[in-house]
Amino acid sequence: MLTIGLAHYLTVAAILFTLGIFGIFLNRKNVIIILMSIELMLLAVNINFVAFSVTLGDLVGQVFAMFVLTVAAAEAAIGLAILVVYFRNRGTIRVEDIRMMKG
Amino acid sequence: MILAPIMFYLFALVAIASGVMVVTARNPVHSVLFLILAFFNAAGLFVLMGAEFLAMILVIVYVGAVAVLFLFVVMMLDIDFAQLRTGAMKYLPVGLAVGLILFAELVLVFGSWAISPIVSTVAAAPMPTAAGFSNTRALGNLLYTRYIFAFQAAGLILLVAMIGAIVLTLRHRVGTRRQVIAEQLARQRAETVEVVKVPVGAGVAAEAGVGAAE
Repeated sequence: MLTIGLAHYLTVAAILFTLGIFGIFLNRKNVIIILMSIELMLLAVNINFVAFSVTLGDLVGQVFAMFVLTVAAAEAAIGLAILVVYFRNRGTIRVEDIRMMKG
Repeated sequence: MILAPIMFYLFALVAIASGVMVVTARNPVHSVLFLILAFFNAAGLFVLMGAEFLAMILVIVYVGAVAVLFLFVVMMLDIDFAQLRTGAMKYLPVGLAVGLILFAELVLVFGSWAISPIVSTVAAAPMPTAAGFSNTRALGNLLYTRYIFAFQAAGLILLVAMIGAIVLTLRHRVGTRRQVIAEQLARQRAETVEVVKVPVGAGVAAEAGVGAAE
C-alpha cells in the first residue's frame, strides 16, 4: 500500500480511461464533452506509457507519450474547428443532427 | 519516505474526481475547468514518476493551449447546453455497463500480466542513471538523434493541423471593407487621375464630379 509501483499508476490510468468511455456514453448529444472525454482517454494512455517507461527503464515510452500529446493537440484543434464551422452552418451541435453525409 | 505515497494518492484521487466531474458536470465551462485540474494532477503524477519534462509539456500544451481552446469554443458558441443534456440519464445504464466491463477487462489484463525479468536488459533506450544527466537532457538526446524523423513528422502534423484549423474557420464577411493589395497595385494612372479644364468663374461642381465640367 505504501510502496507505489507500476500497478498503482496502471489503476489510475485504467480508471481515467474508463471515465472517458463513460463520458462518451453519458454525453451522447454534446460533441464538446465527447472531445473532452477523448482527451481524458489520451491522458490515461500517456500515464500508461510513462509508467511502463519508468518501470522498465526505457526512455522510448516517454518519447512516444510526447507524440501522443502532439497528435492529441492536433486532434483537439481540428475537432474544435470542425465544430465551430458546423455550428455556424447549422446552429446546433447535437450529434444526432449530424447526418448530412448519410445517404 | 511517507511523502511520496501521500502525494501519489492525493494526485490520483484529485485526478479521478475531476475526471468524474468532467463527464458529469452540468455546465461545460465547469467541465473544461475540471479537465484542467485533471491535467495538473496528471502532471503531478508524472513528476512523481520522474518524467519532469513530460509533466511540464503536459501543463504547457494541455492547460496552456488545448484547454484554453476548449474554453474559447464553449464560451464562443451560443448553445443551449441544458437542452443537450436531456435524456442523458437514458444512456447511464449502458454507459456504466460498458465502462465496468472495460475496467474489468483492463484489470484482468494488467493484473495477470508479469514483466519478464530480462525485459529491462533489452531496453531500446536505457534510462541514463548517471548523476547530473536529467530526464530532459536524456529525452532530448534521444529525440534529436534516433527519433529525429518522427519528431519532424510530429512538427508537420502540427503544421497541417494549424493550417487546417485556420482554413476551416476563416470566412470573408460580405460588406466589410478589407484591403485588396493586388487591386491597389494594379491601379493605372489613367483610371485614377484626370486633368480637367476649368472655365474661368464656373468652377467644378463638387458632387457632379469631373465629367460635368466639360
